[in-house]
Amino acid sequence: MTAPLQQTDAAPAGQPEQPRRRTAVDDGDAAGLGRGRAAAFVAPAMLLIAVFLIFPAIWTLYLGLTNWRLTGLAAAEPEFVGADNYLDALNDPAFRTSLMLTLAFVFFSAVVGQSILGFSLAWAFRRLRQGIRTVVETVVLMAWIIPASVIAFLWIALLARRDGTLNALLGTEGTAWLLEYPMQSIIIFNIWNGTAFSMLLFSSALAAVPPSQFETAKMSGAGTLATLRDVVFPNIRGHVLTNTLLITLWTFNVFAPYLITAGGPEGRTEILGIYIYRVALKEGALGEGAALSLIMILINLVVASVYLRLLRERKT
Amino acid sequence: MKLNTRLGGSVAGLLAATLVLAACGSDDDGGSGGGDPSQNADATEVTLTITDNAIVGGKNSEGATWVTEWVIPEFTAMQEEKGVDVTVEFEENGVDDEEYKTKIALDLQSGEGADIIGIDGIWTGEFAEAGYIAPLSDVAGDAVDEWDGWEQIPESVQQAMSFGGEKYGIPLGTDGRVIFFNKELFAQAGLPEDWQPTSWDELLDAARALQQLDGVTPMQINAGTAMGEATTMQGFLPFLAGTGELIEEDGAWRGASAGVTETLGFYAEVYGGDEPLGDPLIQQEAQGRDTSFQMFADGELGMLIESDYLWRSVINPEEGIAPMPNRDEVVGWAKIPAREPGAGVNGQDFVSMSGGTGRVLNPNTEYPQQAWELLQFMNSPEAYEAMLAGSARITPRDDVNAEALAGDPMLSYIAEEVLPITSYRPSLALYPQVSVALQEATAAIVSGDSPEEAAASYQSELEDIVGDDGSVTTD
Amino acid sequence: MTVRQSLGFIGRYLFIAFVLAFFALPLLWLASAPFDRAPSLAVSWPEFTLANFRTLVDNPYALESLWNSVLLAAGTTAIVLVLAALASYALSRVRIPGRDALLYTLLLLSSVVTGTAAMVPTFLLISELGLIDRQLGVILVLAGGLLPTAIFILKDFMDSTPRSYEESARVYGASSLQILRHVVVPIARPGLATISVWAVVQVWGNFLVPFILLRSADKRPAAVTMFTFYTEGGQPDLALISTFSLLFSIPVVAMYLFVNRRYGFRFHGGIKR
Repeated sequence: MTAPLQQTDAAPAGQPEQPRRRTAVDDGDAAGLGRGRAAAFVAPAMLLIAVFLIFPAIWTLYLGLTNWRLTGLAAAEPEFVGADNYLDALNDPAFRTSLMLTLAFVFFSAVVGQSILGFSLAWAFRRLRQGIRTVVETVVLMAWIIPASVIAFLWIALLARRDGTLNALLGTEGTAWLLEYPMQSIIIFNIWNGTAFSMLLFSSALAAVPPSQFETAKMSGAGTLATLRDVVFPNIRGHVLTNTLLITLWTFNVFAPYLITAGGPEGRTEILGIYIYRVALKEGALGEGAALSLIMILINLVVASVYLRLLRERKT
Repeated sequence: MKLNTRLGGSVAGLLAATLVLAACGSDDDGGSGGGDPSQNADATEVTLTITDNAIVGGKNSEGATWVTEWVIPEFTAMQEEKGVDVTVEFEENGVDDEEYKTKIALDLQSGEGADIIGIDGIWTGEFAEAGYIAPLSDVAGDAVDEWDGWEQIPESVQQAMSFGGEKYGIPLGTDGRVIFFNKELFAQAGLPEDWQPTSWDELLDAARALQQLDGVTPMQINAGTAMGEATTMQGFLPFLAGTGELIEEDGAWRGASAGVTETLGFYAEVYGGDEPLGDPLIQQEAQGRDTSFQMFADGELGMLIESDYLWRSVINPEEGIAPMPNRDEVVGWAKIPAREPGAGVNGQDFVSMSGGTGRVLNPNTEYPQQAWELLQFMNSPEAYEAMLAGSARITPRDDVNAEALAGDPMLSYIAEEVLPITSYRPSLALYPQVSVALQEATAAIVSGDSPEEAAASYQSELEDIVGDDGSVTTD
Repeated sequence: MTVRQSLGFIGRYLFIAFVLAFFALPLLWLASAPFDRAPSLAVSWPEFTLANFRTLVDNPYALESLWNSVLLAAGTTAIVLVLAALASYALSRVRIPGRDALLYTLLLLSSVVTGTAAMVPTFLLISELGLIDRQLGVILVLAGGLLPTAIFILKDFMDSTPRSYEESARVYGASSLQILRHVVVPIARPGLATISVWAVVQVWGNFLVPFILLRSADKRPAAVTMFTFYTEGGQPDLALISTFSLLFSIPVVAMYLFVNRRYGFRFHGGIKR
């Protein structure tokens, strides 16, 4: 509950009059923006965010304390149930399973899969012909920008048991990939779907590493691993943090696998995004769905602070 | 919910609480009681809106086309003769049922929405309990009871849109479940063309005969959670009815009873063992139902227990999604037998389940009389005849069915043989959750649990769901 | 070339070939199914026909909904781009206490609001504002949800742009807005281009928000229309869906290619020093 409460306090910071009350400290304000004008620049975005994001978000969090449902008696007369939704969720084995699945999904598909594949591509691009690089970049980007509803059909066709493309290629006719390896399938799917972001981010990051440092490493006879560790990583630490933070957050909320597996077989791919969809939309338990969203935010907060500790502290 | 909505970041928290209280607390915006039936009865300028989960060129295209091209122009012309200027709009949807349900529930919840709303009959209970809809006669007054159309709609079909003994809407159509079978495969397996099993054993015997054929899956009965309601309606409930039990009777939900365990036992016969009669993997796949349709259309599946939807929209040689050019020659159908003759509900030999959609009046309508007039018009014999032009389907009206279905042996069979023996789902708010618990029980069988284990976990799941809102019986 | 270098060379190209195959393989369906007489969920050499396209052109909503998607995407992206550029520039240049915490909290909240759980508050809010069935309502809700991420990414970008130009411009008496427009924006262009492609993609695929907030079928975007090509029993009509998928994907891919060629497509640190 701490995050949203702080949020209410933090929101007015976007309004023009508040920052002025504090003492002005100039920290390299090259454009001569000044506090007042800076606040005016920030205000329109904050206003929109306040009305269309913070407001519904806080409302949602409030709903998490009620037993409100979309239909039925609980829709007519919702009751305040306090922390019941949270306790129910934490005691529900289905939720705990879903949470474990989500953590595995985020770790393997995003933190490991997308980051490593994205970085490897960016690394390989440095010594690749421009033409080939453009082709690869475009194909990887297509996997990212084609809408999820379309992509779902592509993957169903790829992994289909009867006449699927993969089975035809591997000669494994009749293998039900989505039933025998459901989690592995959606992890690979998500790597396919999201690697583009890491690839782009790391491409820019690598371009910003001073070439002289590579030269020095080469002259001192450092191998690839040593170069990555001593030259590249210290330079791109900030990018690694941004990348990991964002893809973790996004992957926690991923919903596209629902269109492929519907959370099955038997809930074995029911990651949190899908679980919340089932509870809130399919079952109409809006209060419970709202509570689950907050739990998800809190987990994200914990994960984010771990990242910050691992990656930022050493910098100073 | 009239609120002075000043929206600023600093007051957002306070405002959120106020709005929620307003949204949840006040009864009148849900419109539970309906307004004054005679409101605006003499208006000469009227705007009415119809909504349904249909869209021209997409889901339920025929229904949408009928509304836009027949209902609206005809009704407008009719009213013009009476000197009333009516504008009728049609809000098309045509998406996943649950998403449509969410949308109309949100509309009704905020006191808005179309005047005439198409819903699935099974939502009647939960919508009524939420105060989203009201009995027709509360909304439109005595005119409702005076309608002569009610006589043409059998009591059992009316039930689909009723709750607590009150009529909330007019049913639009109904359906029935049978065993579809492939006559060519039956001939190869030495089974008769006019096959009609009289017990579960005979049904399983036929499946075992089909098992001898190469490359043929003997039968599929819907199971598992991926198929959602299709599992409950096409699989579990008709077979449960075949044991003489209904899922809910007199306010008590059926727990791990003898019938529930026997029904799960039938699933175990089909999907269990080393050489299952059905393909259990299909029941776990997200697209399993599509696969079973495709297999049936390709002549790779011997028997499929489905509703007449399979016949009309799936294997229909003209407009089906898995068209079967020789459908009329190859596909046969038989009633679902009770466990043994006389063991079904009401001592029946054969059983089935039916569902149906219908239309309700929005209690918040500004023009209750005109809305009812339009609804009544949409359910007139002429309207059904116009809707059926070219394609047959079962309507709620006996007078229309008698003529319209004559050309379609399958649908006549449903209307004449199946509807008299069919059962309906309880129109209660808890049903959708109970249905999910049943789907999970069948899923457990498919993945190898014993019927007793599956029944026991279903029982505890059911107790959680029902809680204090009802009772659970194992008799 | 030493043995080690050749091995590296071969390894690199093997890796690239594998990645290319991995990413291209699923896309094959999009190239074959729309042209198939009876499309199924299998990639096969199509029994060639253009009939599916004809059916789609005859559909009253298919092409219109693509245009609606363009409107929603353009409107949302314009708002996100302008507001995020202003905000991220200011946040990058002037220290506001608790800035990073604020940004990250907003980022977290944006994940709630774009999810299913917040749809009811969002619906009621838009209903109170009288914006139901208006594309503006959809645009504002989507923009509100996308802004935190856009600001977060753009701020990183602004941080890495050099400030010396701004100082010179200031010496010549340019106002803050002029500096932003004529100095910062041109330098930040690849970042802005990236954010706009990202925003368009988010809007392009969003189903729930426009579905809940719009009533008229002729205002709905393609993401909603795509889900109407199912039967009453929920089975997909693959002839329509595969064809529509292709038309639905082409605009975003074309836009990416265009933006990439015209402005470059990078995140940050893109300044050649």
